[in-house]
Amino acid sequence: MESRWTRVALRAWAVGILLFLFIPIALVIIYAFNVSTIQSWPIPGVTLKWFGQTWEDPEVRRALLLSVEAGLMATTAALVLGSMAAFAIHRFQFFGREAISFVFVLPLALPGIITGMSLNSFFAFNQVTFSLWTIVIGHATFCIVIVYNNVLARLRRTSSSLMEAAMDLGANGWQTFRDVTFPLISTALVAGALLAFALSFDEVIVTTFTAGAQNTLPLWIFGAIRLGQRLPEVNVVVFIVILVTIVPVVIASQLTGGRAAGRVEAVAAAEEV
Amino acid sequence: MRERAALATPQAPREDLRPAALRVEGVSKRYGRVLAVDNVSLTIAEGEFFTLLGPSGSGKTTLLRLIAGFERPDSGRIELGGKDVTAVPPYARATNTVFQDYALFPHMSVAANIEYGLKVRHLAREDRRRRVAEGLTLVRLVGLGHRQPSQLSGGQRQRVALARAIVNQPEVLLLDEPLGALDLKLRQEMQIELKRIQRELGITFIYVTHDQDEALTMSDRVAVLAGGRIEQLGSPVDLYERPTNEFVAGFIGVSNVIDRDGRRLVVRPERIRLLDPGETPGPGTHLEDGTVQDVIYAGMVTRYAVQLDRGGRLLVVEQNRESAAGADDLRGRKVRLAWRPDQAFDISAPQAERSEQ
Repeated sequence: MESRWTRVALRAWAVGILLFLFIPIALVIIYAFNVSTIQSWPIPGVTLKWFGQTWEDPEVRRALLLSVEAGLMATTAALVLGSMAAFAIHRFQFFGREAISFVFVLPLALPGIITGMSLNSFFAFNQVTFSLWTIVIGHATFCIVIVYNNVLARLRRTSSSLMEAAMDLGANGWQTFRDVTFPLISTALVAGALLAFALSFDEVIVTTFTAGAQNTLPLWIFGAIRLGQRLPEVNVVVFIVILVTIVPVVIASQLTGGRAAGRVEAVAAAEEV
Repeated sequence: MRERAALATPQAPREDLRPAALRVEGVSKRYGRVLAVDNVSLTIAEGEFFTLLGPSGSGKTTLLRLIAGFERPDSGRIELGGKDVTAVPPYARATNTVFQDYALFPHMSVAANIEYGLKVRHLAREDRRRRVAEGLTLVRLVGLGHRQPSQLSGGQRQRVALARAIVNQPEVLLLDEPLGALDLKLRQEMQIELKRIQRELGITFIYVTHDQDEALTMSDRVAVLAGGRIEQLGSPVDLYERPTNEFVAGFIGVSNVIDRDGRRLVVRPERIRLLDPGETPGPGTHLEDGTVQDVIYAGMVTRYAVQLDRGGRLLVVEQNRESAAGADDLRGRKVRLAWRPDQAFDISAPQAERSEQ
């Protein structure tokens, strides 16, 4: 039995950790509404003018467009390749299955700098021009893992007798997939796609090595902060990025039911990359 | 009246009068180093309630899966309605299965579950509606068609699984321990229910269970399996009254086996009489002296465990026709047991036939 004091102390500790984690984020959000261009506390007044100015900024617009394009394309590639890999690993027994499964998940654990550098030298060696496509390939390396993990986990939790029941009732392979397997894994696919997009949208390291002259949104933020320019706009953009990445994560954890914690962990692990 | 007549004749149907619904010939299936099904042959008649009975690991479920088409045999052939289906995939076989975990599609309503088989076979909408309604009526779930499977009780899910299989009018219905997850009372209800449905529809049922009571209660014939082989195949009466080996004798009913004069004998506990002191047994009765070790009162009957003077131990069951008060006094007493010689079955002879035909 824990004493009353232990309970109080534990609560205080938990609150302290939450503050430590979220105060910086809260500050950025508050500064996005700051009247002054100087970041000081307390803020002298509240305004929405930076939102308008940021929206009008052609550089921000180009970066946003590139980020969305790269995110959507990497997610699409991840959906196709990741779910196909998950099906293959789940369905068939073959030599080296465990090894392949491990290799699939590796890009998530591998430091982003390694992925980025290897891709960079690979592209340079083969004289591939850095473009949207090289960014997409870079992002796909970890987006595939997210979809793969989600779909595989769902397949493993789905009783194989459901597929057998469909076949037993007269459905061939394709009908079984369309009527039973796909509906059962669809939420896992959506969740995987949302998480993959969120990861791609705020990725910095791999993008640094695979982007050409163009900037994605996180790269633009990084550049602006380093030069100490347009900080109010940076705050607004960060605020938007937070929204764009948090909303899919919340939806995804809803879709995968009680596995919210696992998903957030996966994202956290990926973000360390 | 017809039902009474059927109940009054528990004998196995004469299969030579009816065409075979299913023929299994020398089928074997190996998983790695385990021979799950070992050269099994059997013929099941149309409209028969046939049970595969055995402990877990006896190969009964594998045999059912081979018949359904989920597994391919390593050798042997399987015929359904006279056609070789050994290489036919499950969706093209005229069998339907009731799964142990029911396997209801969680994203479909009860009605959509039942309709699914009809839909993939492209039946007209009106036909599908009618058959789903009939199916719901048959399993007494009228009015629950719009529910989701998650909103049903275990017993109701079981009925949906049954309806989903039956509406396709299979030639053979396969049931894989369908009552295993239900509690005793519900299980007994469903046994009667299944038997009623089988009689009404006249479909061949192949029923897998490890529960000997279930097998004896419902089946026309039972195949007792162990280690992937058929130990004995026959009517419930055959199996209980004339077991051909010790495994069957022990698996069905209580194992009451003693060795006498180089023979191994099975005597069913209710066939043994405890003689009253001074009672003279009829001529030709087999007699044994022994000591009562234990007396177990069970309401309808009382069970006595008796250690025999000539070696061995037998269980004796006596109906409590009158009050069993005082039965406890027998503990530790010398008693005399008696049975008619034709009630003891010799299982020491080498097995004449392992599987039928």
